[in-house]
Amino acid sequence: MTTTAHTDTAALALGDDALVLSHRLGEWMGHAPVLEEEVALANIALDLLGQARILLSMAGDEDDLAYLREERAFRNLQLVEQPNGDFAHTIARQLYFSTYQHLLYDRLATGGGPFAGLAAKAVKEVAYHRDHAEQWTLRLGDGTDLSHERMRRACEALWRFTGEMFQPLEGVGTDLTGLETPWLESVGAVLGRAGLETPEGPRTGAWRAGAGRQGLHTEPFGRMLAEMQHLHRSHPGASW
Amino acid sequence: MATAAAHRTARTPGYGGREATAGEQDAYQRAFDAAVAADERIEPRDWMPEAYRATLVRQIAQHAHSEIIGMQPEANWITRAPSLRRKAILMAKVQDEAGHGLYLYSAAETLGTGREELLDKLHTGRQKYSSIFNYPTLTWADVGAIGWLVDGAAITNQVPLCRCSYGPYARAMVRVCKEESFHQRQGYELLLALSRGTPEQHAMAQDAVDRWWWPSLMMFGPPDDESAHSAQSMAWKIKRHSNDELRQRFVDICVPQAQSLGLTLPDPDLKWNEERGHHDFGPIDWTEFKEVLKGNGPCNEQRITQRTRAHEAGAWVREAAAAHAAKHSGDSHENRESRETGAKQA
Ligand SMILES: [Fe+2]
Ligand SMILES: [Fe+2]
Repeated sequence: MTTTAHTDTAALALGDDALVLSHRLGEWMGHAPVLEEEVALANIALDLLGQARILLSMAGDEDDLAYLREERAFRNLQLVEQPNGDFAHTIARQLYFSTYQHLLYDRLATGGGPFAGLAAKAVKEVAYHRDHAEQWTLRLGDGTDLSHERMRRACEALWRFTGEMFQPLEGVGTDLTGLETPWLESVGAVLGRAGLETPEGPRTGAWRAGAGRQGLHTEPFGRMLAEMQHLHRSHPGASW
Repeated sequence: MATAAAHRTARTPGYGGREATAGEQDAYQRAFDAAVAADERIEPRDWMPEAYRATLVRQIAQHAHSEIIGMQPEANWITRAPSLRRKAILMAKVQDEAGHGLYLYSAAETLGTGREELLDKLHTGRQKYSSIFNYPTLTWADVGAIGWLVDGAAITNQVPLCRCSYGPYARAMVRVCKEESFHQRQGYELLLALSRGTPEQHAMAQDAVDRWWWPSLMMFGPPDDESAHSAQSMAWKIKRHSNDELRQRFVDICVPQAQSLGLTLPDPDLKWNEERGHHDFGPIDWTEFKEVLKGNGPCNEQRITQRTRAHEAGAWVREAAAAHAAKHSGDSHENRESRETGAKQA
C-alpha cells in the first residue's frame, strides 16, 4: 500500500464514523424530548455530516462512497451505528464517541498530517458535542431515580463497543492506543460527577476489537443503510 | 410621540397594586388606539385590550405549532435524502423550523402564556396548526414542493407580519422570514434539478407540484367574505392584507416561477388577466379545506400522535433536567453560569 492508500483508509474510517453517527442523530428529528434538543441534536448531526463530506471526498466521490458501498465496505466503529434507543442511549453513545473524537482531532490538529486542517476546525465543533453530552450525562445521572437508572443501563449497554476506538488505524498519523488512558480518565470523571460508576464489563464484543474498521458490523446497520441508500440507488446515474 | 408616552405609562391593569378605575381604563384604551393608529409598536409591558392579547396568543401559538408540526413531513425524508449535500440542506431546514418554533413560543410567553400550556392545547386539539401539514410527503420531490410552495406561501403571509403592531411578534417575524426565503429558494432549486434530470425525476417533480398546489392556495385561509377574525385583526394592525389579496399575490409570484421550472400548475383556468393586472385562477375546493381543518385530512391523526408520543416519551428527560437544576440551585455562581450555558446549548 502507498501512503496515499493508507490515508484513504483512514479518511474512510473517520468519514464513516461521522457519516453514520450523523445519520443516527438525524433520526431524532421530530422526536426529541424537548424543542431545544431538536435544535441541538440537529446541530451535532450537521457538524458531523460536514466532517464526513470532507473526509469522504479525500478518499473519492462523497456520494458514491456513501450511497453505493455495501455494508461490508463501511469502516465505521460499531459504536456509532448502534440504534438511538432512548435518550440516555443516545447521550451515552455521544459521550463515548465525542470524548474519543475530541482527543483524536486535538492530536491530529497539531500533528501536521493530511487531517490537520480538518481536525483544527472540527475540534471546536466536537468540543461542543462533548460538552452537550457531558451536561446531559450529569442531568440524567443526577436527576431522578428513573433517569439515573436509564443512564446507568445505557452506559453499560454501550460499554462493550468502546474498546474498538483504540485499535491501530493505518494512515491516521497518530497512535490511537495512546488515547485510551486519557479517554478512560475523561469519561470516568464525567460519570463520577453524574453519580454513575464506570462500567466494568469487557470493552469488546464477541467480535475481536476493531471489527467495524474491518467491515464487520452489527445487524441494525444493514437496515440503516437500506433506508439511507434506497432512493439514490433507485435512480442510477441521476444527479440531485 | 405623545401617544407613545401615554400608552407606555399605561401598564397592565393592577400595576402599582390596584385595579385601574373606569376613567383610567378609558385613557389606556385611547392611548392604545392612538399608538396603533400611529403605527407604533405595542410592547409586552404596555397596556393592551384583553381581546387583542387573546387574539395574538391564539395566532402566535398557531404559528408556533405549525413550525413544529411542519418538521414532520420533511423530517420524513432526512434519512433517505439522495445526496449528502441535499441531506445537509434538509437537516438545516428542519432545524430552522424548530428554531422558529422556539422564537414564537417565546413571543407568546411575553403575553403571559407559557410553552407548556400551549403545547398541551396543541396535543389535546384545542389549538390548531396550519392544515397544509396534514398532507403526506410521498416522494423526495415533495421536499422541494414544500420548500417552493409552502415556505413561499408562508413568506407571502409573514412578510407583512414584520410590521405587525405587537413588537415581539414583528421582530420574530423579521428573523423567520429571512430563513424562510432561504428555504423557498432551496426548494425551488431542488425541483429545478429534478425537472431537468431524468424523465423519472421530472415526473416526480410534476406529481409533487400537482399535489401541493391547491393545498398551498388554501394556506391563506377562507375567502374574505367568510373570514371570521380578519376585520378586527386588520384594525389592530396584526394583519395588514386580506386573505384573498395575499393569495392573489402568491399566485402571481408562482406562475412565472413554474414556467422557469419547466413544470405546470394543475389549474386549467389559470391565465393572465390584462384588465386586472393579475392572474385569474380556478375555484378552490373549500369542502376539502374544511374537512382537513375538522381533522379528516390524510395525516391529522398521524401528526398529533407522533407529536404527543415524542412529548410523552420525553417526559422523564424533562423531569430529570428539572430535578437536576433544583438539586444544584444552591451551587456557586460560577457553576450556575456554566450550567446555564449548557442548558442554552441544549
Ligand atoms: Fe418556519
Ligand atoms: Fe421554512
